[in-house]
Amino acid sequence: MALSCSLNRYLLLMAQEHLEFRLPSPFWILSIPSEDIARNLMKRTVCAKSIFELWGHGKSPEELYNSLKNYPVEKMVPFLHSDSTYKIKIHTFNKTLTQEEKVKRIDALAFLPFEGKVNLKKPQHIFSILEDYGLDPNCIPENPHNIYFGRWIADGQRELIESYSVKKRHFIGNTSMDAGLSFIMANHGKVKENDIVFDPFVGTGGLLIASAHFGAYVYGTDIDYNTVHGLGKASRKNQKWRGPDENIRANLRQYGLEKYYLDVLVSDASKPSWRKGTYFDAIITDPPYGIRESTRRTGSQKEIPKGMEKCPESHVPVSLSYHLSDMFFDLLNFAAETLVLGGRLVYWLPVYTPEYTEEMVPWHPCLKLISNCEQKLSSHTSRRLITMEKVKKFENRDQYSHLLSDHFLPYQGHNSFREKYFSGVTKRIAKEEKSSQE
Amino acid sequence: MKLLTHNLLSSHVRGVGPRGFPLRLQATEVRISPVEFNPDFVARMIPKLHLVEVPKGPIEGYEHDEKFLRQMHHVLLEVDVLEGTLQCPESGRLFPISRGIPNMLLSDEETET
Repeated sequence: MALSCSLNRYLLLMAQEHLEFRLPSPFWILSIPSEDIARNLMKRTVCAKSIFELWGHGKSPEELYNSLKNYPVEKMVPFLHSDSTYKIKIHTFNKTLTQEEKVKRIDALAFLPFEGKVNLKKPQHIFSILEDYGLDPNCIPENPHNIYFGRWIADGQRELIESYSVKKRHFIGNTSMDAGLSFIMANHGKVKENDIVFDPFVGTGGLLIASAHFGAYVYGTDIDYNTVHGLGKASRKNQKWRGPDENIRANLRQYGLEKYYLDVLVSDASKPSWRKGTYFDAIITDPPYGIRESTRRTGSQKEIPKGMEKCPESHVPVSLSYHLSDMFFDLLNFAAETLVLGGRLVYWLPVYTPEYTEEMVPWHPCLKLISNCEQKLSSHTSRRLITMEKVKKFENRDQYSHLLSDHFLPYQGHNSFREKYFSGVTKRIAKEEKSSQE
Repeated sequence: MKLLTHNLLSSHVRGVGPRGFPLRLQATEVRISPVEFNPDFVARMIPKLHLVEVPKGPIEGYEHDEKFLRQMHHVLLEVDVLEGTLQCPESGRLFPISRGIPNMLLSDEETET
């Protein structure tokens, strides 16, 4: 009995985007148990362009050819037999080849046992040569660093970025999340069919759309009455007021996802109205950083300074400054209480880069940190995509443990994130009341 | 607002605690909106519900009882309250529902510490 390799090797080709979220090279060799698993991976990813069954690779053409000669022929034959049709493509990264050069490289593979017919329009099998000339466009080498050859399996979901683009969406806000990032967040949340996903700072619902696309039913809340109802001033240039079809439900309807809309509510994320229990499979959100949208929570009549806006319909004063650190600890407590065990919290944490340390990432005894990805916003600020998983049941005493943690004090600095964000700007915007605590 | 949501909401007025559920629902405008039936989702939701009036839980094997699931699907997901109020059973505080969206905002004095 031939000992077949239980893990097959695949080449994953990443898109050149969100480079800070991953290791530098766009070429990844993965060991995957089956082609089905590889295909399933591609049904979810918006970061990867394609996946290939890797037949050979090397640092030079000779190494590549040797590698191909060592690939088991019985694994090649099903795709090369005389009844099949195929085509060979060549991709080069960071270099352009002439048509002549491309043809030469394809011809050099004539030693492979191709028995089928070439069909350039609709081949059954597509093979690819990929040549990696590095990442520096100012320093293109004569010869590639790596050459790969493989059978194309599937492409990723990058077209979702275009089809769900914010540019074409009916209802947007000032801080609507880029479509690609919203899908990345849904993937971090491990969102799957029949899940319930909640966004406590839902805004115009962009993050819910990505989750609904993967078959989850969605809830959202926001403290801003107008945004939830789809009223008020439009965020689009050249448009003054929002139209009748601009609300969260309409956004889902635009993509044929209305059946996944459960409800949205006007609610203060720091004072949630959910009955005690674990309802959510994922909480995916982009809390306000206090820059383009203010951080707010409801307050008492006495605390409201003169001239602050009131929420018209609810007659509840809404503008008490909400310290960022309190907001994140409320969020983590809320997630620990309402997520199912194994459920995920995915959120953005704004950071003043010169002072950032890992200890600042908010912590909770029920939640385990899974990942922390940085996206630069400006020269001295960035935001971090934090993913946490609930690993322990919530007990009431847990909500105060953060006060004993070392993490509480370092993050206090983030309360003045808004000032630090503008610290490089000569004209200071000084609208927010400074709390006496600071 | 769907009735599924109503079953998950509770009043968070200061001092009411668990007695804030269920909120008394007064609907002045209701719409029946058809939603595609998904038995797996409905079956998943049933254990999350707090069924106050039903003395025993749902019958064993409900996950495969299509008639039951379709009935629950209709009640939970297709009945949409467009206008009305939710009332805290303990304090009497009203939360309005307008255009299908409940407004749960309370001032600082009214909420739990």
